[in-house]
Amino acid sequence: QIHFVLLVSRQGKVRLTKWYSPYTQKERSKVIRELSGVILNRGPKLCNFVEWRGYKVVYKRYASLYFCMCIDAEDNELEVLEIIHHYVEILDRYFGSVCELDLIFNFHKAYYILDELLIAGEIQESSKKTVARIISAQDQMVEAAKEEAGSISYIIAQAS
Amino acid sequence: MNPFSSSTRLRDMIRSIRACKTAAEERGVVRKECADIRASINENDPHDRHRNLAKLMFIHMLGYPTHFGQMECLKLIASPGFPEKRIGYLGLMLLLDERQEVLMLVTNSLKQDLNHTNQYVVGLALCALGNICSAEMARDLAPEVERLIQFRDPNIRKKAALCSTRIVRKVPDLAENFINAASSLLKEKHHGVLITGVQLCYELCTINDEALEFFRKKCTEGLIKTLRDITNSAYQPEYDVAGITDPFLHIRLLKLLRVLGHGDADASDLMTDILAQVATKTESNKNAGNAVLYECVETIMAIEDTSSLRVLAINILGRFLSNRDNNIRYVALNMLMKAIAFDDQAVQRHRVTILECVKDPDASIRKRALELVSLLVNENNVKQLTKELIDYLEISDEDFKEDLSAKICSIVEKFSPEKIWYIDQMLKVLSEAGKFVKDDVWHALIVVISNASELHGYTVRALYKAVLTYSEQETLVRVAIWCIGEYGDLLVNNVGMLGIEDPITVTECDAVDVVEDAITRHNSDMTTKAMALVALLKLSSRCPSISERIKDVILKQKGSLLLEMQQRAIEFNSIVERHKNIRWSSLVERMPVLDEATFNVRRAGSLPASVSTMAKPSVSIPNGVAAAPLVDLLDLDSDDILAAPSSSSGADFLQDLLGVDLGSSSAQSGATPTPKAGTDLLLDILSIGTPSPAQNSTSAIDLLSTADMNNNSSTALDTLSSSAPPHIATTASAGGMFDLLDGLSPSPSKEATNGPAYPPIVAYESSSLKIEFTFSKPTGNPQTTNVEATFINISPNTFTDFVFQAAVPKFLQLHLDPASSNALPANGGKVTQNLRVTNSQHGKKSLVMRMRIGYKVNGKDVLEEGQINNFPRGL
Repeated sequence: QIHFVLLVSRQGKVRLTKWYSPYTQKERSKVIRELSGVILNRGPKLCNFVEWRGYKVVYKRYASLYFCMCIDAEDNELEVLEIIHHYVEILDRYFGSVCELDLIFNFHKAYYILDELLIAGEIQESSKKTVARIISAQDQMVEAAKEEAGSISYIIAQAS
Repeated sequence: MNPFSSSTRLRDMIRSIRACKTAAEERGVVRKECADIRASINENDPHDRHRNLAKLMFIHMLGYPTHFGQMECLKLIASPGFPEKRIGYLGLMLLLDERQEVLMLVTNSLKQDLNHTNQYVVGLALCALGNICSAEMARDLAPEVERLIQFRDPNIRKKAALCSTRIVRKVPDLAENFINAASSLLKEKHHGVLITGVQLCYELCTINDEALEFFRKKCTEGLIKTLRDITNSAYQPEYDVAGITDPFLHIRLLKLLRVLGHGDADASDLMTDILAQVATKTESNKNAGNAVLYECVETIMAIEDTSSLRVLAINILGRFLSNRDNNIRYVALNMLMKAIAFDDQAVQRHRVTILECVKDPDASIRKRALELVSLLVNENNVKQLTKELIDYLEISDEDFKEDLSAKICSIVEKFSPEKIWYIDQMLKVLSEAGKFVKDDVWHALIVVISNASELHGYTVRALYKAVLTYSEQETLVRVAIWCIGEYGDLLVNNVGMLGIEDPITVTECDAVDVVEDAITRHNSDMTTKAMALVALLKLSSRCPSISERIKDVILKQKGSLLLEMQQRAIEFNSIVERHKNIRWSSLVERMPVLDEATFNVRRAGSLPASVSTMAKPSVSIPNGVAAAPLVDLLDLDSDDILAAPSSSSGADFLQDLLGVDLGSSSAQSGATPTPKAGTDLLLDILSIGTPSPAQNSTSAIDLLSTADMNNNSSTALDTLSSSAPPHIATTASAGGMFDLLDGLSPSPSKEATNGPAYPPIVAYESSSLKIEFTFSKPTGNPQTTNVEATFINISPNTFTDFVFQAAVPKFLQLHLDPASSNALPANGGKVTQNLRVTNSQHGKKSLVMRMRIGYKVNGKDVLEEGQINNFPRGL
């Protein structure tokens, strides 16, 4: 089971956090501080796993971002690397060659996509196409609602 | 969105935060934004909610408090539109966790949304529920989720399946409700639904035996077929990862087959073919393929014995181990630890490679490899492996030395074939990594040295040589000065030379030099310096010719700022000066040989009890580890014994051992004995085998050495009841035990068993530590009070080197037993220690005590002091 997902930039800035196990706010910031300290300082050729408080943290660096997932000691580390890559590919497809700035200004989108990929710390969908389809269907609903609201408020604005 | 809104847009806020050059500037921007958001929340304008929450989430990610936005999430979730609900649920998952009360308020909205006509709204609710639901919510909403597993749209089915996974994790009782629904998912073709369905079945199997049986009977063959289909399927671009069709599904299927095959030969048999196929056919040049292989190996090793498959698995691991990819090597090491259990030989073959991994530049790999090596050690290879590890210790990174030296020490202690080898290896470790060695390790070394009388000379000379080179290794210095103090004469006179030794010339002055060095070196700590002073005192009697010089060295410490040092210096000085006569005789003679067995009992007893008693209750009795549960038993009143005979593993074990059924025993065991005495007595009885002649005093060890104690206690008993056979010399504390053991007739000591009870007190409480005292009186001795002190760590940090000291006024006598451990784990970790207080003014004065507690938090010393005035009256 994945206990949490972290996206941290090379400068140690948090770009996304998702907690599937209960951690208090205090614990959360402690975890983030501790782990980014460990992971950002690891050399480039080393393995992608860090043992930490009886758990394992699988991380992978894509450009300036570190994607980290914390799992139980007996879970399959290699698979988690694939899950990370899967997520990155979906992000890439959604944003069109994703970069850190996309994830900063559209952080909520990154969360929405993650929610279509993982629930309860388990993988939900192995097809990138399906995830993309479900996300775009929901985006369209939001757009439609916006237009409607926009037109109403436009009318009100005109009237007043 | 709202043209009337005055607040900044999300995008602009992010820009202005990113434009900040300093942290202070950023805090300023965030403070202003938060103030705006608060104001807007107070206005309660629904149009701004969406944007406010989005901003709050961003601010939250930066680490600022955002609790004031929690209610906004709830309002958004309750609003009718999809965009509001979408962001509302996202905020809920980000800003709250399952332990917050506020979360309960959302249950109703969730319930409505789970029944919403728009499937995407249902999806949002399922996702939120699956990610953060509490046990209570799980119970409330389980029927809705169960229904949704059968929903027409696969997107909802898969979400409902994972949501159910969370529900049964939170409330295992609900598992059986989901069995049918879960099994229907296994027939699905849609990969997402299938993956989540398999995951749900796996979860159910691990928490519910019925489910496990059900799936094993009904679904094993179907799952095997699914796995075969997917393994053999043609290229499917939608699911292909590096040439493997849907590795995620592969892995989940293999995982479920693992629990179905484990412990069931028939099911294991069924899956042999497909496992062999996966193990041989899967491409291993990409990570995805290796992930599948790795899972497959794990399944092969967990199911019932199919030896041909296991050979295959071991071969795969061998290949992994020689892979150049660090990730693959890491998992290979991880897996080989499990493989040792059934094929030690096969793993031993990779020993050389594994040893190489101990020296890897990657800390993760080193750690795994070291764990694995310590499992590989046996009597035959211990010498060679230890040599390799010690050689590496010399050149390893500083930060790895702690782990490595601890491992070496435990290997050496466990497998040492002879004492001289043990001593040699320990000296090497202390020389290379002495500053990392834990106290119990060097204490144990001293005990061993003390017992090896034929090696005293050899050891002290070896230590002398080592300490000249490695004087910065604290624990080495301590052991060396202890030995020089004890065996200095052997050092100087080359007594007891072994054939392998080269003679060395050490003058008495040289010996004193080493000890003086330890005192004067500025980074020596208190313990070392104090030990050095004792060593000097001892040397002054061993080597009278230099006692003047020793006196000078001691005198220099008279001005020490450390109280302990100053006191020792002054007292020792007066011994050297004025008591020459006794000095030669008994005062500073060689320490009596330390009892190895007792030490081991104590050392084992100071391990965290939960670990040792839980793991192997049967082994732990001889080591005294199970003492704590036994104490519980002995402390119980007679009624409680009937009620809770199996309350702890120790009790059960006691029953088995003694062959006495405590539950039906009519014995009155109301005595409240000193727990320590009771258990030691028990050990004693067990080893003797015949309960009746057993004699008791405060402890088994004292029993051997103090004869008059026995006399005291027997008179105590005589006054208690004249009918007691005089040869059973026992203090009241033994009364309960005897009752247990013969259990035939009411014991004579019974009448005196129930003294007045005293309420427990909280003796001390600070922000990080709480101390509770419980009291009991041994029968027949109203002046004595047994106090069980429980130290509770209420801080989030682990305490180490925990020491409790207490002082009492003259009319009281205090005896402290060793504490159960010297480390308190964070957040409620406990240590207990027994105290015995004798009040010579019993009935006139109450107990009073001053205490001092020292411990280390993250290597920093902490000292707490206090006075306890709230003892119950009449103790």
